[in-house]
Amino acid sequence: MTTVAPVALRRQVEVMIDGQAVTTWQGATILEACRDVGIEVPTLCYLETLAPVNVCRVCVVELEGSRALVPACSRPVAAGMVVHTGSERVRTSRRMVLELLASSVDLSTAGGDVHRWIDEYGARPDRHGEAAPPSARDRAHAGHHEPLEGGLVATVAQPVKRDNDQYVRDYAKCILCYKCVEACGEEAQHTFAIAVAGRGFDARISTEMDVALPESACVYCGNCIGVCPTGALMFVSEHELRARGEWDESRQEVTSTICPYCGVGCTLELHVQDNRIVKVTSPLDHDVTSGNLCVKGRFGFEFAQGDR
Amino acid sequence: MDLRTTDAPPSTTERLAVDSVLGPPESGWFGGERTPLDGHFALGGVSRAASRRHLLLPTLHALQEQVGWISLPALAYLCQRMDLPPADAFGVASAYALFRFESGSPVVVHVCDDVACRAACGGDPTDELAARFGPAGTGTSVTWQRSPCLGHCEHGSAALVQKAGAGGGRTSVAPFVTGDMDRLVASGPDLDLGELPAPLALVPQRGAQGLRLLRRVGRVDPASLDAYRAAGGYEALRRAIELGPAGVIAELKDAKLLGRGGAAFPTGDKWEAVARQPVRPHYFVANADESEPGTFKDRVLLDHDPYALVEALTIAGLATGAHMGYVYVRGEYPVAARRLEHAAGQARIRGLLGEDIMGCGLRFDLEVRRGAGAYIAGEETALCNSIEGRRPEPRNKPPYPVERGLFGKPTGVNNIETLLSVLEVLTLGGAAYARVGTPGSTGTRLFCLSGRVARPGLYEVEMGTSLGTLLDLGGGVAEGRPLRAVLLGGAAGSFVGPKDLDLPLSFEGARAAGASLGSGVVVVLDDTGDVTAVVARVARFFRDESCGQCVPCRVGTQRQEEVLGRLVAARPFGTLDDELALLADLDAVMRDASICGLGQTASSLVSSALQRGLLGGAHGTKGGQGG
Repeated sequence: MTTVAPVALRRQVEVMIDGQAVTTWQGATILEACRDVGIEVPTLCYLETLAPVNVCRVCVVELEGSRALVPACSRPVAAGMVVHTGSERVRTSRRMVLELLASSVDLSTAGGDVHRWIDEYGARPDRHGEAAPPSARDRAHAGHHEPLEGGLVATVAQPVKRDNDQYVRDYAKCILCYKCVEACGEEAQHTFAIAVAGRGFDARISTEMDVALPESACVYCGNCIGVCPTGALMFVSEHELRARGEWDESRQEVTSTICPYCGVGCTLELHVQDNRIVKVTSPLDHDVTSGNLCVKGRFGFEFAQGDR
Repeated sequence: MDLRTTDAPPSTTERLAVDSVLGPPESGWFGGERTPLDGHFALGGVSRAASRRHLLLPTLHALQEQVGWISLPALAYLCQRMDLPPADAFGVASAYALFRFESGSPVVVHVCDDVACRAACGGDPTDELAARFGPAGTGTSVTWQRSPCLGHCEHGSAALVQKAGAGGGRTSVAPFVTGDMDRLVASGPDLDLGELPAPLALVPQRGAQGLRLLRRVGRVDPASLDAYRAAGGYEALRRAIELGPAGVIAELKDAKLLGRGGAAFPTGDKWEAVARQPVRPHYFVANADESEPGTFKDRVLLDHDPYALVEALTIAGLATGAHMGYVYVRGEYPVAARRLEHAAGQARIRGLLGEDIMGCGLRFDLEVRRGAGAYIAGEETALCNSIEGRRPEPRNKPPYPVERGLFGKPTGVNNIETLLSVLEVLTLGGAAYARVGTPGSTGTRLFCLSGRVARPGLYEVEMGTSLGTLLDLGGGVAEGRPLRAVLLGGAAGSFVGPKDLDLPLSFEGARAAGASLGSGVVVVLDDTGDVTAVVARVARFFRDESCGQCVPCRVGTQRQEEVLGRLVAARPFGTLDDELALLADLDAVMRDASICGLGQTASSLVSSALQRGLLGGAHGTKGGQGG
């Protein structure tokens, strides 16, 4: 968690964003400065509770004096900076980032913002060609690949990994935002069950040598599910309802409560559909959990359903 | 952190391989025999174990060489020894091309099929291998693999032979012909790597007057410290000690020396920036991860003049206040790594490395670290991550390494040619050095001449020499054929044509022509040269070498390869104009939004070929006059 210096010690700086003078605190990022004045900057790999990894590049902005565009999510402001968030260069790069992702990843369960941005920026994922069939991505060897034949284009499509009763990993939906790795590791859980493996287009989230989760260090805290922006990591209950076409958020009720297990008292949000708990989350802005839970809070709700 | 690893024990060979780097385990808590006492005492030492993470790559190398592959029990054992999460270690190991995670044939022959070797043979050098020995990856005792540039471009063909088990290791074979593969297959697992001849360096100017960087290459025994000293070695360090840190930096500034790795950053400014950092310790890294296709200059210098680098790095340490230096040698250069280790050992024995160098109270030592097949590890921040035992992914900049580099400390990183040029600056004096070359690009520069040229090899010329003069030095186009194009600067460079022979080879001259000297690559293509195939190979190269961290490069290099494949096959998706618009968009997003220089330049050769109308599949398109 970031420590916040007393307000009196934080210096103010002034920057120009899209022709508008913006005063913000030293140490703030360009993204924070933009949000302060209501300028929308799209983000995918950024999350308030995690250190920015600036890998998706959808938040790039034009900074005068910088040769390349800079990531707004991680670049701290400096006095006198002149930033453009809507220039042609910025719009082209954002459009292409969205297009490259949408052409290679199944974004069907990603949030509504992503689809709105795809429309707003005019990304056309279908202009890349016909998608190749799913492949065994876990067997890719760094530095070696055979180009696809017949004009097919590569995607990250692959079978869903379902090796435990708690959650599924559908890496055909993974945009490699690194959030799950961060949440599993240094930023929250310190379990380090998963990491980015391989490289280039074959880079993927993996346990050691792709062993199944029960053989890995995973403790089923589900904090990776909590940060996943595309639904690649999903409760088994949600996955099954979606597979049957029965997932319906309009019929769901979210009930805030306190976890009954230990004295920490984490806030739980129970997502209930047809009087059954289908998913458990915790609010990101909660000062106890920062969105994180343990296996009991996240998955220990079966007793409430009365089936066993 | 509570580590969970597999319960299967490693084999004795695997255990010994790991212990050969880390030493025997301290206790049952870290992978040793469990004794009754272990159950009663927690000895601690976790942070000590974890502080050895920087030995991850050397340990993985030991497993690869002694066992031939990295198994899950072996990985688990090394993780227990280092207190590393196995998923994390696998993430690191799987980012390198030279490590394998499945058992296979004990001898693997990595055969170069990259731009220079392609240009030299006029086709795909692996076609014949595939026809004779079956597809890549097949074969029980000996197998072959396609490889990116192995840095023996002057020979026009090359292979890296990797053998596992007793007497295992790596060695280079260049030139490499099909007959060599026959011999390797015949000896099979009994292959004795020591019997393979070490490749020679082609330095056609050898012995010529006026050579500076190349004056010892091929003339002074690379194994002998005495020979090096007799040839003027260690005079530069003596001079540096007289001048002191500020004096050395002042000389570099007077010399106006610019970095030779590709970015042309002023060396004096970099060294001064490191020296001024209040945070201690400081580090200095010599970047010998030369992997730019068509580049072999570092290999020649390290193979044949290793003491020069030891001396230059010591001077860098003196000037920047670093007491520890690292030389990061690409994994495909086994000879360079061995000779450098030997040179450092000799220097240590003779008091030229260590606590009190030359009796002047100077403290400096160095370590040689080997890469494992990753072009991206040559990017300076990825290089720091690689030495630290992390994935070779570039870091977000700023902060730059001069502020936060290796182990988060102020770090100077320079190319080998730059460091060796420092010796010349100190020998000649900064002002005298600045009078060589052009006002904007001082000194001499190495150029790696390869492809269809009469006398390929490493050449040293004064900055500002014209491209035509350099080609004449090399005897012109092989067999007197007409010149089609020259690939200048490497995979991230550009094409120049027969009309550009007046192009002055200086930083400003290349920039004015919209080109870049890059790492000094000059690959010559004659009228039979297939530019489209070269561009397609470069696209494949970037697809294979992207680290995968950022979207523009990870997906963009994949898409770029696909578009080029469609153009080569003359099967565009939509119209030709659609495909060209897509290439332009890919160029824009990779150049503008990638994290590091790899992605930012991954499309430059494609753009250059398009602009010059050299791309076969894009005949009669806008801006192109056809091929």
